[in-house]
Amino acid sequence: MTVATPLASATTSGVGNISRRRSVVWLGLVPFAAYVLLFLAIPAVLAVGSGFFDSTGKFTLANLAAFANPQILQHFWNSIWIAAVTAIAGSVIGAVVCFALLGTKSDGFLRTTVDSASSVLAQFGGVMLAFAFIATIGAQGIITKWLISIGLVQNVFNNFDGKGVLLYQVVGLLIPYLYFQVPLMVLTFMPAMEGLKSTWAEANATLGGTRGTFWLRIGMPILAPAFFGSLILLFANSFSSYATAAALISSQAVITPLDIKQQLTSETVVGVSNTAGVLALGMVIVMIVLMTGYSALQRRASRWQR
Amino acid sequence: MTVTRPATTATISGLAPREGATVELVNVVKDYAGHRALTGVNLSMAPGEFISLLGPSGCGKTTVLRALSGLESISDGRIMIDGKDVAHQPVNKRDIGMVFQAYSLFPHLTVQQNVEFGLRMRKVDAASRRTRAQEALDMVGLGHLGERYAHQLSGGQQQRVALARALVTRPRVLLLDEPLSALDAKVRVQLRDEIRRIQTDLGITTLFVTHDQEEALAVSDRVAVMRDGNIEQVGTPEDLYTQPATSFVATFVGLSNPVAAELSGDTVTVLGIPLPLLGTGPRDGAVTAYIRPEDIALASPDAVGAGIPATVVVSSFLGSLRRTQVRLDDGTLLFVQHDVLVRPATGDRVTLELAGRPVAVSVRE
Amino acid sequence: MISSNATAELIDPAAVAATTPSPGPIRVSRARFAAEPSNLTRRVILIVVGVVFLVPILAMIEFSLRVGQPVKNVQTYGFAHYLAVFDPANNQAYANLFQGIANSLGICAITVAIVLVLLLPTMIFVELKFPRLRRVLEFICIIPITIPSIVLVVGFVPVYSVVAQIVGSYPWTMAFAVGIIVLPYAYRPIAANLAAVEVVVLSEAGRSLGAGWGQVLLRVILPNLRRGILASCFITVAVVLGEYTIASFLSQNTFQTALLLVQHTDPYVAVIFAVLALVFAFVLLLLIGRLGSLRRGGTRLSRRSA
Repeated sequence: MTVATPLASATTSGVGNISRRRSVVWLGLVPFAAYVLLFLAIPAVLAVGSGFFDSTGKFTLANLAAFANPQILQHFWNSIWIAAVTAIAGSVIGAVVCFALLGTKSDGFLRTTVDSASSVLAQFGGVMLAFAFIATIGAQGIITKWLISIGLVQNVFNNFDGKGVLLYQVVGLLIPYLYFQVPLMVLTFMPAMEGLKSTWAEANATLGGTRGTFWLRIGMPILAPAFFGSLILLFANSFSSYATAAALISSQAVITPLDIKQQLTSETVVGVSNTAGVLALGMVIVMIVLMTGYSALQRRASRWQR
Repeated sequence: MTVTRPATTATISGLAPREGATVELVNVVKDYAGHRALTGVNLSMAPGEFISLLGPSGCGKTTVLRALSGLESISDGRIMIDGKDVAHQPVNKRDIGMVFQAYSLFPHLTVQQNVEFGLRMRKVDAASRRTRAQEALDMVGLGHLGERYAHQLSGGQQQRVALARALVTRPRVLLLDEPLSALDAKVRVQLRDEIRRIQTDLGITTLFVTHDQEEALAVSDRVAVMRDGNIEQVGTPEDLYTQPATSFVATFVGLSNPVAAELSGDTVTVLGIPLPLLGTGPRDGAVTAYIRPEDIALASPDAVGAGIPATVVVSSFLGSLRRTQVRLDDGTLLFVQHDVLVRPATGDRVTLELAGRPVAVSVRE
Repeated sequence: MISSNATAELIDPAAVAATTPSPGPIRVSRARFAAEPSNLTRRVILIVVGVVFLVPILAMIEFSLRVGQPVKNVQTYGFAHYLAVFDPANNQAYANLFQGIANSLGICAITVAIVLVLLLPTMIFVELKFPRLRRVLEFICIIPITIPSIVLVVGFVPVYSVVAQIVGSYPWTMAFAVGIIVLPYAYRPIAANLAAVEVVVLSEAGRSLGAGWGQVLLRVILPNLRRGILASCFITVAVVLGEYTIASFLSQNTFQTALLLVQHTDPYVAVIFAVLALVFAFVLLLLIGRLGSLRRGGTRLSRRSA
């Protein structure tokens, strides 16, 4: 499979003993290869491919009509604009935090604390972050209560757009999402920031430049590929996030991941089977486009930061 | 002290030579939290002079350079360029050119754009920038590489671009912070001669920091040997070599053999042979004398008379000369430098003769 | 003493002092040209962001300390909810939660085992014998980011119906799926450690001194990989404890699914455990950070760019 194909490029001479010994050595890779095959390759193919099969098992393209369904489309669009907004806001705020951390000792107390906290919030928060925000801006949240106590009985948090608690609506997702997007930005962008060599700032100064010209002409251009790469990563992260949304909005699907959950349990789109598979396919296509862009930018960035 | 410049000088329009600046460091002190990096450095540089700061790591030579550039502040003392105290001036106003050890070219700009950078900061118009940058690149021999990026160039080429970038704005002072340390040996020798040639053509006052004494001696008008935050001796390369003022300078500059000796008045008795004392000496008594390998000769085996017997340990062929390590009967090891045609073998018994040159001494601990 | 030539060339400081006025000690602000921000800017940014990010955590703690409803707008606080966790009378109510925690710990153990028994040996093997496959292995371990768990889980459902027929539908079987999700996180620390340690050179040295492969592995390679392995294990534990998506779709009872469930009946307990889990993960990652900054890649020789 994915491991076997490079076999052809092995350059050992195919002479007798050597090739026999080599093929025995290949056995060492089998356990991992089998594991990856069973639990990554097969589920991935099933997930992405099931959209192409109807309920009788015949190959069909009819299922793609799911994307014509206005609800599905609306939820897809929700996923996208939430991802875009949180990616842009998260990357800007995260970049500012990285800037503030520039020059601090990388193994000092401040940095290790920030790194660990960012790791936790960015990658392992999920359901627990939902609770955090219910406790903060939910109906009984501490900030909601404080706003009530200063006179805003009906405020932005408990009555948004006339539809009730902000946190349980689509727009409300922005706030907890930002809470894990900013730390992710700090994690992924800080290495790039640190890659700014001090000699560049010094050379800029000796050549007559100011801090303004440094950032305008040197710092930002050099950081641009890494910044946009991280931005794409943030977009991908938000787009594929499920747990926090599932914990907050259980009644209806408003974004594609929630759609997938709903469609797997009870298909609601007429004339389409394996809707979940179709949605999974759609998500994967978006993700592949994003990750391709990301790795292209990463290569650009690493060229300048040996 | 002025530098003699060749009669014909480069007259490329943007890089026409002008009088280099005078530089004076007066009692410069630099404290970091906990320790004193510079303990009152005094140095004066004449216009167009090329001075090297030479010393081991941690001696403060880079600190002096950075203080002069403005990249470091000083705790006390004065830094004067052309008679004006510049200590209050920020880096970007001091009109200096600086070449760093490595990684100073902006990676996202082409070579041409890198060189133009300083001109851009001075609001020079695009056409003039282009011409002057091209001239600067021609001057360092890289006129054809303007469209390349830094990562596409070799180390030596990168440093040449850095040099062109520093010089294109015609600064008053040129500062070089170990620019050759990261390069291969051969490139190092080539490039240091080029730097010297360009510097002489342009007449820029230059401060060059290095830990390689051969490099410092080869290119400088004067060398300042530094140690522990201060200058031990300033002088021409020859002065430093033949008349070291302290034992540190004697051992740091060039090779020398430390040998136990006795001092009495103006005479140093080394291995039984009386030699004149160099400079004024410490009190009479036990001293260490410093003998250069080229001041010891291997006497021919059938020569008669007094000589110092020794056994050959190992002999190294160095191309244009040989350096042989010998052991005296009392166990002292000495290096002798001599003609390549004499080929001592390990174990040979030889006789040593000392040239009569004055020797520097220091108190023996 | 030998007269120093040093003073002969110099300007007499007294003469200079007589002609130019002394301005006293000079301080040129270093930050004026460096890329780093000034101390003030740094502090302002970090304090503002720090406070904003602390609020939800503090809100959770405040929420968990609330006892009863506010009387006349005054809320009483106490540890009643904390004590309720240990009250045996509540065991029935919290049974599901404790079971979920137990299940999660079991899944943790097996997932860590997968990392140590499948991933680690394969990584070492590839490093020593198949350096060309390093890129392939890296790609495989990055796939779970491109194909997020919300997509993979669509394929896990059919795969696990088969698994359930073979071994039963015990929670620990989930470990195989979670192991895949964990791959990108577990891969990086070990890969960084491998790069920093030059395993190939060390094993060649060991072999030339007469050691067999087993000895080389045990005495040379593994001791040098301790940091990466430990970091990998800690991250795995954190990921497993925070995992929700797969457990939810496979209808398994784990820590996160139980949390979400118990939140409906007793939000206080849910928040308490959420805070504890977040703090636990934070401490785990702090320990990883203290293990050393191998994440930055250590020393990379030019060979690395295979």
